[in-house]
Amino acid sequence: MYRYDEFDHDFVRARVATFRDQVARRVTGALTEEEFRPLRLQNGLYLQLHAYMLRIAVPYGTLSSRQMRQFALIADTWDKGYGHFTTRQNIQFNWPKLKDVPDILDALADVEMHAIQTSGNCIRNVTSDQFAGAASDEIEDPRPTCELVRQWSTNHPEFAFLPRKFKIAVTGSPNDRAAVKAHDIGLRMVRDDAGAPGYEVIVGGGLGRTPMIGKVVREFLPKDQLLRYLEAILRVYNLHGRRDNKYKARIKILVHETGLEELRAMIEAEFEAMDAPTFAPSAEEIARIEAYFAPPAFETVEGADAALEAAKAADPRFAAWVDTNVVDHREPGYAIATISLKAIGEAPGDATSEQMRVMADLAERYSFDELRVTHEQNIVLPHLRKDQLHEVYQALDAAGLGTANIGLISDMIACPGLDYCALATARSIPVAQDIARHFADPVVARDIGEMKIKISGCINACGHHHVGHIGILGLDKGGIENYQITLGGDATETAAIGERMGPGFPAEEVVPAIERIVETYKAERLNREETFLQTYRRIGAEPFKEALYPSEARHAA
Amino acid sequence: MPIIDDNGFRAEAERAYLTPEDALASEASELAVLLPNDASAEALAPAFGRIALIAVEFPSFADGRGFSLGRRLRALGFKGALRAKGPLISDQYAFARGCGFDEVEIDDAMAARQPEAHWLKAAQNNQALYKRGRAA
Ligand code: SF4
Repeated sequence: MYRYDEFDHDFVRARVATFRDQVARRVTGALTEEEFRPLRLQNGLYLQLHAYMLRIAVPYGTLSSRQMRQFALIADTWDKGYGHFTTRQNIQFNWPKLKDVPDILDALADVEMHAIQTSGNCIRNVTSDQFAGAASDEIEDPRPTCELVRQWSTNHPEFAFLPRKFKIAVTGSPNDRAAVKAHDIGLRMVRDDAGAPGYEVIVGGGLGRTPMIGKVVREFLPKDQLLRYLEAILRVYNLHGRRDNKYKARIKILVHETGLEELRAMIEAEFEAMDAPTFAPSAEEIARIEAYFAPPAFETVEGADAALEAAKAADPRFAAWVDTNVVDHREPGYAIATISLKAIGEAPGDATSEQMRVMADLAERYSFDELRVTHEQNIVLPHLRKDQLHEVYQALDAAGLGTANIGLISDMIACPGLDYCALATARSIPVAQDIARHFADPVVARDIGEMKIKISGCINACGHHHVGHIGILGLDKGGIENYQITLGGDATETAAIGERMGPGFPAEEVVPAIERIVETYKAERLNREETFLQTYRRIGAEPFKEALYPSEARHAA
Repeated sequence: MPIIDDNGFRAEAERAYLTPEDALASEASELAVLLPNDASAEALAPAFGRIALIAVEFPSFADGRGFSLGRRLRALGFKGALRAKGPLISDQYAFARGCGFDEVEIDDAMAARQPEAHWLKAAQNNQALYKRGRAA
């Protein structure tokens, strides 16, 4: 894991002092509200419906147990005893008081954390594959790249006042768990024909009001040219991105309006004009970063697989959990476990301070002190010995963290919606809770198989509904919540935007509508191996539309 | 019209800036040019040798185009004084310096609201840029 040193320590401390000073200058009127706003946002502080919300950066979703325990302390001291893990691999606290924020930032700085650039029109916290450094399908560990991008983008003097926010994601695996095609820039680590490492650069993806799948702007970028190329893209965007309409200000609109070819030419011209050595990080710096991500000291464990099989045979609930929540590790004898924060009936992504401490203890004891936050709002223990999985499971289960539903219908993404968010047009958390309760029976959920439902409480799409296998968008129709359903979305390497089925449904009809979609899938699938998404791609939207809006009713209408 | 650099405020009389077009047409030297933030840096390059000062306009503190334009002017070899002109806030001082600007020009009302001490503090905040792993 990356280890922050004196430099980073001083940096975050200075940043807290700066923020205190900014708050003081706002109070005296030296800064107007308009001027203070971007400074507040660049320190992660949003004004929500009922209170401020503080969003803390978890760089590429990687945490130590000490840092997780500090979240628990913050939740207990300054919030309501829980925190909310987000689709940006970050954590949010929903109830801090403005006067406490500098103290919270100080508490974060104690563990080298901060809230820098988690909001505002700047380059946001870089996100990545939650299985980085552990995944069996990985070509190359994306974390050194993420760290390089983090350093480059932190307080970048040129890019702190962009037309709009800017999100970068990196994956080192062909199976994309980081949704790189749904980001302003997506980086896929690849090799060229000669085996040299580099990146496929994807630009202009994004969800929101105008969802777009990113396009490849550079098929192969040599690894050492990364920062120079990013700088070129950002400069073109900063100079040419629209500033007249905030809904048209993301780079996806620039790509769309300018055309990929022309934009590529502009980026390449900027890239060529830049002085290459200025942007190439020194070899020592690369080596310093990479050393921090060296694999932990894995042990050779005799009989790990046999021990796991025996535990599964003895404990069917554990076996079910392993089946859904545990995946292969690249190291023999080890496995990766995802802790579900989607217990039936709970708000997706929420964890209590007590649960945070349990997860921290387990990470410290069993997983080389590492935890990861996923963009699907769960927590990962990346390096577990197979023969210790059962102990880990039992401890999780005792803390209400043993839900066996990763990838299943109740493992939903839901944005905060009308319960917290000032922009919301409808609730999303209660909708997620209703769906989870309806499909709570594990036998039913397993029969349905892989299913990603994603729910947003307004068109800003923080719940990623466009890329949900089933997407649900909550709108306001004359003061009544109304939910639109899209099908066939996909956030992975086969990314697609979901297709709208028809008129929306009132809140109480959402669960029956999902039920009809599921029944249609079960009736149409070739066999139990064919997933919902595969069936949908094979047979198209029509049978689902028919189920949602029977033609008789459609003709009568 | 206070001008701000690392040493603090200095007064300057209101200047008559040239437009980029006039600067390109002029044969005089020691010119002072006001460059809108959507202007082309390349187009002005032929006149660099005759220009003593380029002031890049920042129509609003939230419009960051000027930062990229400043970097471009420097990358193209402009060696004269580079000034960021507009309602910048002291928190942006380090960013302006990091993008090749030497100084900032604000109006009197802004100077009254954000006095010299704020800018000097911003100028001394050497943590305002995260310089690790990044040359200059
Ligand atoms: S999608 Fe809308 S309601 Fe949900 S968090 Fe984003 S802005 Fe708020």
